[in-house]
Amino acid sequence: MYSLVKYYHPYISPFDPCPPMKVKSYRTPPNLYIGFQPPSLPQFSPREALAHGTLWPIFYSPYPGKGKEEMTRE
Amino acid sequence: MWLYEKKLQYPVRVSQCNPRLAKFLIEQYGGADGELAAALRYLNQRYSIPDKVVGLLTDIGTEEFAHLEMIATMVYKLTKDATPEQLKEAGLAPHYANHDKALFYHNAAGNPWTAEYIQAKGDPIADLYEDIAAEEKARATYQWIINLSDDPDLNDGLKFLREREIIHSQRFREAVEILKEEQGKKKFF
Ligand SMILES: [Fe+2]
Repeated sequence: MYSLVKYYHPYISPFDPCPPMKVKSYRTPPNLYIGFQPPSLPQFSPREALAHGTLWPIFYSPYPGKGKEEMTRE
Repeated sequence: MWLYEKKLQYPVRVSQCNPRLAKFLIEQYGGADGELAAALRYLNQRYSIPDKVVGLLTDIGTEEFAHLEMIATMVYKLTKDATPEQLKEAGLAPHYANHDKALFYHNAAGNPWTAEYIQAKGDPIADLYEDIAAEEKARATYQWIINLSDDPDLNDGLKFLREREIIHSQRFREAVEILKEEQGKKKFF
Protein backbone atom coordinates (compact mmCIF):
# COMPACT_ATOMS: atom_id res chain seq x y z
CA MET A 1 0.00 0.00 0.00
CA TYR A 2 1.24 3.48 -0.89
CA SER A 3 1.22 6.42 1.50
CA LEU A 4 -0.93 9.45 0.75
CA VAL A 5 1.56 11.90 2.25
CA LYS A 6 5.30 12.09 1.62
CA TYR A 7 7.81 13.93 3.76
CA TYR A 8 11.15 15.47 2.90
CA HIS A 9 13.87 17.49 4.54
CA PRO A 10 14.41 20.69 2.59
CA TYR A 11 17.82 22.30 2.57
CA ILE A 12 18.33 24.52 5.60
CA SER A 13 20.90 27.30 5.52
CA PRO A 14 22.79 28.24 8.70
CA PHE A 15 21.82 31.82 7.82
CA ASP A 16 18.06 31.41 7.45
CA PRO A 17 16.26 34.29 9.17
CA CYS A 18 13.37 32.26 10.60
CA PRO A 19 13.39 29.06 12.66
CA PRO A 20 13.44 26.29 10.04
CA MET A 21 10.63 23.90 9.27
CA LYS A 22 12.78 20.81 9.15
CA VAL A 23 10.23 18.55 7.52
CA LYS A 24 7.86 19.42 4.72
CA SER A 25 5.16 17.30 3.19
CA TYR A 26 3.21 16.89 0.00
CA ARG A 27 0.20 14.81 -0.97
CA THR A 28 0.31 11.86 -3.35
CA PRO A 29 -3.38 11.05 -3.90
CA PRO A 30 -4.37 7.45 -4.66
CA ASN A 31 -5.27 8.08 -8.30
CA LEU A 32 -1.52 8.45 -8.98
CA TYR A 33 -1.06 4.76 -8.28
CA ILE A 34 -4.11 3.00 -9.68
CA GLY A 35 -3.85 3.37 -13.43
CA PHE A 36 -7.02 2.04 -15.05
CA GLN A 37 -9.47 1.20 -12.31
CA PRO A 38 -9.64 -2.59 -11.83
CA PRO A 39 -13.10 -4.20 -11.90
CA SER A 40 -14.97 -5.52 -8.87
CA LEU A 41 -13.33 -3.31 -6.26
CA PRO A 42 -14.70 -3.27 -2.71
CA GLN A 43 -17.31 -0.54 -2.24
CA PHE A 44 -18.52 1.71 0.56
CA SER A 45 -22.14 1.47 1.58
CA PRO A 46 -24.24 4.08 -0.27
CA ARG A 47 -24.37 6.30 2.83
CA GLU A 48 -20.60 6.10 3.39
CA ALA A 49 -19.96 6.65 -0.31
CA LEU A 50 -21.97 9.87 -0.23
CA ALA A 51 -20.00 11.09 2.77
CA HIS A 52 -16.64 10.17 1.24
CA GLY A 53 -17.27 11.45 -2.27
CA THR A 54 -16.44 8.10 -3.85
CA LEU A 55 -17.90 4.63 -4.01
CA TRP A 56 -14.47 2.98 -3.74
CA PRO A 57 -12.27 2.99 -0.63
CA ILE A 58 -9.02 2.80 -2.67
CA PHE A 59 -9.74 6.26 -4.09
CA TYR A 60 -10.60 7.84 -0.78
CA SER A 61 -7.99 10.42 0.19
CA PRO A 62 -8.64 12.08 3.54
CA TYR A 63 -7.28 15.60 3.90
CA PRO A 64 -7.11 16.69 7.53
CA GLY A 65 -5.65 20.11 6.70
CA LYS A 66 -2.21 21.53 7.17
CA GLY A 67 -1.04 22.11 10.70
CA LYS A 68 -3.21 19.24 11.94
CA GLU A 69 -0.88 16.36 11.25
CA GLU A 70 2.21 17.91 9.74
CA MET A 71 4.11 21.14 8.99
CA THR A 72 5.38 21.24 12.52
CA ARG A 73 8.78 22.80 13.10
CA GLU A 74 10.36 19.64 14.48
CA MET B 1 23.79 32.14 -11.47
CA TRP B 2 24.30 31.26 -15.08
CA LEU B 3 27.25 30.98 -17.42
CA TYR B 4 26.65 32.14 -20.97
CA GLU B 5 28.03 30.45 -24.05
CA LYS B 6 27.84 32.65 -27.09
CA LYS B 7 26.45 30.07 -29.47
CA LEU B 8 23.11 28.45 -30.16
CA GLN B 9 22.18 25.05 -28.71
CA TYR B 10 21.47 23.82 -32.24
CA PRO B 11 22.26 25.64 -35.49
CA VAL B 12 19.50 27.78 -36.95
CA ARG B 13 19.35 27.94 -40.74
CA VAL B 14 16.65 29.79 -42.62
CA SER B 15 16.93 29.32 -46.36
CA GLN B 16 13.80 30.97 -47.72
CA CYS B 17 12.88 34.64 -47.47
CA ASN B 18 9.42 34.14 -46.01
CA PRO B 19 8.68 36.75 -43.31
CA ARG B 20 5.20 35.27 -42.95
CA LEU B 21 6.74 32.39 -40.99
CA ALA B 22 7.96 34.87 -38.35
CA LYS B 23 4.34 35.62 -37.52
CA PHE B 24 3.76 31.96 -36.69
CA LEU B 25 7.10 31.39 -34.96
CA ILE B 26 6.46 34.21 -32.53
CA GLU B 27 3.90 31.89 -30.91
CA GLN B 28 6.81 29.93 -29.46
CA TYR B 29 8.50 33.16 -28.36
CA GLY B 30 5.78 34.94 -26.39
CA GLY B 31 2.85 32.51 -26.50
CA ALA B 32 1.24 30.56 -23.67
CA ASP B 33 3.17 27.37 -24.43
CA GLY B 34 6.26 29.11 -25.73
CA GLU B 35 9.83 29.00 -24.56
CA LEU B 36 9.66 32.12 -22.38
CA ALA B 37 6.66 30.75 -20.50
CA ALA B 38 8.42 27.40 -20.11
CA ALA B 39 11.66 28.87 -18.75
CA LEU B 40 9.92 31.17 -16.30
CA ARG B 41 7.50 28.46 -15.17
CA TYR B 42 10.18 25.91 -14.30
CA LEU B 43 12.75 28.26 -12.83
CA ASN B 44 10.09 29.73 -10.54
CA GLN B 45 8.61 26.42 -9.39
CA ARG B 46 12.02 25.22 -8.21
CA TYR B 47 11.88 26.91 -4.83
CA SER B 48 8.92 25.11 -3.36
CA ILE B 49 9.40 21.63 -4.77
CA PRO B 50 11.15 18.71 -3.02
CA ASP B 51 14.94 18.91 -3.26
CA LYS B 52 15.18 15.75 -5.36
CA VAL B 53 13.64 17.43 -8.41
CA VAL B 54 14.97 20.98 -8.04
CA GLY B 55 17.97 20.25 -10.26
CA LEU B 56 15.74 18.94 -13.05
CA LEU B 57 13.69 22.15 -13.07
CA THR B 58 16.89 24.20 -13.11
CA ASP B 59 18.31 22.25 -16.04
CA ILE B 60 15.17 22.23 -18.16
CA GLY B 61 14.36 25.86 -17.33
CA THR B 62 17.83 26.81 -18.46
CA GLU B 63 17.54 24.82 -21.67
CA GLU B 64 14.26 26.61 -22.44
CA PHE B 65 16.18 29.89 -22.55
CA ALA B 66 18.50 28.30 -25.10
CA HIS B 67 15.41 27.40 -27.13
CA LEU B 68 14.11 30.96 -26.77
CA GLU B 69 17.34 32.17 -28.36
CA MET B 70 16.88 29.81 -31.29
CA ILE B 71 13.34 31.06 -31.91
CA ALA B 72 14.53 34.65 -31.61
CA THR B 73 17.23 33.95 -34.17
CA MET B 74 14.71 32.44 -36.59
CA VAL B 75 12.34 35.40 -36.25
CA TYR B 76 15.14 37.90 -36.60
CA LYS B 77 16.56 36.24 -39.71
CA LEU B 78 13.12 36.21 -41.31
CA THR B 79 12.36 39.88 -40.63
CA LYS B 80 15.62 41.80 -40.51
CA ASP B 81 15.81 42.46 -44.25
CA ALA B 82 12.12 42.87 -44.94
CA THR B 83 10.73 46.17 -46.17
CA PRO B 84 7.64 47.65 -44.50
CA GLU B 85 5.76 46.59 -47.60
CA GLN B 86 6.92 42.97 -47.22
CA LEU B 87 6.06 43.02 -43.52
CA LYS B 88 2.59 44.24 -44.42
CA GLU B 89 2.18 41.38 -46.89
CA ALA B 90 3.32 38.96 -44.18
CA GLY B 91 0.61 40.20 -41.82
CA LEU B 92 3.22 41.89 -39.63
CA ALA B 93 2.12 45.51 -40.12
CA PRO B 94 0.62 45.74 -36.62
CA HIS B 95 3.90 44.46 -35.20
CA TYR B 96 5.88 46.91 -37.30
CA ALA B 97 3.71 49.82 -36.21
CA ASN B 98 4.47 49.10 -32.58
CA HIS B 99 7.97 47.62 -32.63
CA ASP B 100 9.66 48.22 -35.98
CA LYS B 101 11.72 45.04 -36.36
CA ALA B 102 12.31 44.54 -32.66
CA LEU B 103 11.24 41.22 -31.27
CA PHE B 104 8.53 41.29 -28.66
CA TYR B 105 6.96 38.76 -26.33
CA HIS B 106 3.56 38.24 -27.87
CA ASN B 107 1.83 35.31 -29.49
CA ALA B 108 0.93 34.73 -33.13
CA ALA B 109 -2.30 36.66 -32.63
CA GLY B 110 -0.45 39.64 -31.12
CA ASN B 111 -1.47 39.18 -27.49
CA PRO B 112 1.37 40.20 -25.16
CA TRP B 113 2.92 37.59 -22.91
CA THR B 114 1.32 37.40 -19.48
CA ALA B 115 2.23 35.60 -16.27
CA GLU B 116 -1.27 34.14 -16.35
CA TYR B 117 0.10 31.67 -18.89
CA ILE B 118 2.07 29.94 -16.14
CA GLN B 119 1.30 28.58 -12.73
CA ALA B 120 3.04 27.69 -9.49
CA LYS B 121 0.56 25.87 -7.34
CA GLY B 122 2.97 24.85 -4.58
CA ASP B 123 1.66 21.28 -4.75
CA PRO B 124 4.50 19.27 -6.32
CA ILE B 125 2.23 16.84 -8.14
CA ALA B 126 0.04 19.62 -9.55
CA ASP B 127 3.08 21.62 -10.65
CA LEU B 128 4.76 18.68 -12.40
CA TYR B 129 1.53 17.73 -14.18
CA GLU B 130 1.29 21.33 -15.38
CA ASP B 131 4.84 21.01 -16.67
CA ILE B 132 4.07 17.76 -18.50
CA ALA B 133 1.01 19.36 -20.09
CA ALA B 134 3.08 22.41 -21.08
CA GLU B 135 5.65 20.20 -22.83
CA GLU B 136 2.97 18.33 -24.77
CA LYS B 137 1.37 21.63 -25.79
CA ALA B 138 4.75 22.98 -26.93
CA ARG B 139 5.34 19.77 -28.93
CA ALA B 140 1.94 20.24 -30.60
CA THR B 141 2.69 23.89 -31.36
CA TYR B 142 5.94 22.90 -33.09
CA GLN B 143 4.01 20.36 -35.14
CA TRP B 144 1.53 23.01 -36.32
CA ILE B 145 4.32 25.46 -37.17
CA ILE B 146 6.21 22.76 -39.10
CA ASN B 147 2.96 22.10 -41.01
CA LEU B 148 2.76 25.78 -41.92
CA SER B 149 6.40 26.00 -43.01
CA ASP B 150 7.90 24.65 -46.21
CA ASP B 151 11.46 25.73 -45.43
CA PRO B 152 13.42 22.50 -44.88
CA ASP B 153 16.30 24.20 -43.07
CA LEU B 154 14.01 26.06 -40.70
CA ASN B 155 12.04 22.87 -40.14
CA ASP B 156 15.24 21.08 -39.21
CA GLY B 157 15.66 23.42 -36.25
CA LEU B 158 11.97 23.14 -35.37
CA LYS B 159 12.17 19.34 -35.40
CA PHE B 160 15.08 19.50 -32.98
CA LEU B 161 13.03 21.72 -30.67
CA ARG B 162 10.00 19.41 -30.96
CA GLU B 163 12.13 16.43 -29.95
CA ARG B 164 13.44 18.30 -26.89
CA GLU B 165 9.85 18.81 -25.70
CA ILE B 166 9.37 15.03 -25.83
CA ILE B 167 12.46 14.50 -23.68
CA HIS B 168 11.41 17.20 -21.21
CA SER B 169 7.99 15.61 -20.84
CA GLN B 170 9.67 12.26 -20.19
CA ARG B 171 11.90 13.78 -17.49
CA PHE B 172 8.96 15.47 -15.77
CA ARG B 173 7.10 12.16 -15.79
CA GLU B 174 10.15 10.56 -14.17
CA ALA B 175 10.12 13.35 -11.57
CA VAL B 176 6.53 12.42 -10.70
CA GLU B 177 7.66 8.81 -10.26
CA ILE B 178 10.45 9.98 -7.94
CA LEU B 179 7.94 11.93 -5.84
CA LYS B 180 5.62 8.91 -5.74
CA GLU B 181 8.31 6.67 -4.28
CA GLU B 182 7.73 5.49 -0.77
CA GLN B 183 11.13 6.53 0.60
CA GLY B 184 9.69 9.58 2.29
CA LYS B 185 7.07 7.59 4.13
CA LYS B 186 6.74 8.10 7.87
CA LYS B 187 10.39 7.64 8.65
CA PHE B 188 10.77 11.12 10.14
CA PHE B 189 7.92 10.87 12.61
FE1 LIG C 1 10.57 22.19 -23.10
